[in-house]
Amino acid sequence: MKPFSIAFIVLTLGLLAFSTYQALFVAPTEQTMGEVQRIFYYHVPSAWVAGVCFFVNFLASIAYIVKRNEKADALAAASAEVGVVFCTIVLLTGPIWARPVWGIWWTWDARLTTTLVLWLIYVSYLIVRRFAAGSQTQILAAVIGIFGFVDVPIVYMSIRWFRTQHPSPVMAGGENSGLDPAMLHVFFWNLLAFTCVGIIFIGLRYRLQTMEDTLEAEHAQLALEGGSQ
Amino acid sequence: MSSLSLARATLLKDLRMEWRSKDAINSMLFFSLLVVVIFSFAFNPTAEESRLIVGGLIWVAFLFAAVVALNQTWARELRNQVLDAYRVSPAPANALFVAKVLGNFLFVVVLEALMAPLFVVFYQLRSVGPVWQLVIIALLGTWALVVNGTFFAALSIRTRNREIMLPLILFPISIPALLAMVDSTTAVLTGESSPDFWMKLLVVYDVIFTAVCLLLFESVLNAE
Repeated sequence: MKPFSIAFIVLTLGLLAFSTYQALFVAPTEQTMGEVQRIFYYHVPSAWVAGVCFFVNFLASIAYIVKRNEKADALAAASAEVGVVFCTIVLLTGPIWARPVWGIWWTWDARLTTTLVLWLIYVSYLIVRRFAAGSQTQILAAVIGIFGFVDVPIVYMSIRWFRTQHPSPVMAGGENSGLDPAMLHVFFWNLLAFTCVGIIFIGLRYRLQTMEDTLEAEHAQLALEGGSQ
Repeated sequence: MSSLSLARATLLKDLRMEWRSKDAINSMLFFSLLVVVIFSFAFNPTAEESRLIVGGLIWVAFLFAAVVALNQTWARELRNQVLDAYRVSPAPANALFVAKVLGNFLFVVVLEALMAPLFVVFYQLRSVGPVWQLVIIALLGTWALVVNGTFFAALSIRTRNREIMLPLILFPISIPALLAMVDSTTAVLTGESSPDFWMKLLVVYDVIFTAVCLLLFESVLNAE
């Protein structure tokens, strides 16, 4: 691994420790929700990272369809996997937060349902990657990546038509929205830390994917040479 | 050959094969009949209740039945390397796709027309809202299922566990369309709310995904 990557990982670990400390000890306790509100500093940054991952997957899928570039496919595979991990974190931390605050684990509200559908779509993406035969995997996966991302706004629109329980965006919402400056400060540290963690995960997974691709190509080459003897 | 005559030739071939074998329509019919019967055991609804739930039942039955037919569309072409022949020919890929979609659309619409009276009888169904709206919803919804279904069937035929793959990809992507079909059907049947929003959503869904399918089908057909 390059020294730059190692330095970045060490820095991110430090940042993560700092932001966790900030979230658990420095940030003021929320008035009505109490200590449980601190899960916000993990829940929202995870959702952000998941969203970015799926967007990266969408762009990489288009790049693969257009250019047939192996690296674009490796990036798509890496970002989808990391995205599913962070999306799972969102879906797990959400109910833990909702239970004491709303009194229920789950509600079929616009954003919850959209996140769940998003998760389902990208799990099916990973299943296709697993089951597609050989070299067709990449093109089929890229196609699903595009379909999945196109579907998301439609899902959101359709489910919004129901009812909404999830709070509207706290930042840049309306008149009475907005976080306490002390909370906002902590939130941004966590957002930064989580984004760095996401980048590292994608980077490592991408490295692994390109190694796997190279190995597979070499195996195929070996088999061909062995067959000709 | 132009795209149009090519699509027509493929469509007529599929319709003729279906007319002689009746494979797809028979298996779909029997399958959705089973679903209807099993659901009526499970819920045993009164006429009032059935109005509320039948929108969901109808579309779940049609969705499952459509998957049965969709899985067969491309398998037939794969058997004698027809798809490979198609790939090396200069024929445009989308002509084949459109023909397959139209064929499946016709099969599923015929299935719906045959099954609708059965729903009326088994669930003592009487619509409060205008019935012509139900026809439009059925056509729009069927197109949404069939266009994506045909596309993903072509895709899943390339995977190792062919037949299981189709619902795994199709269902998550179809969730907004299914929601729109179920809710607009329920809205018309109960007459309590307007199905307008859902019908518009179906139109938007149909247009967007038809475009995406046509854009990407060639890549799927030529996937190596």
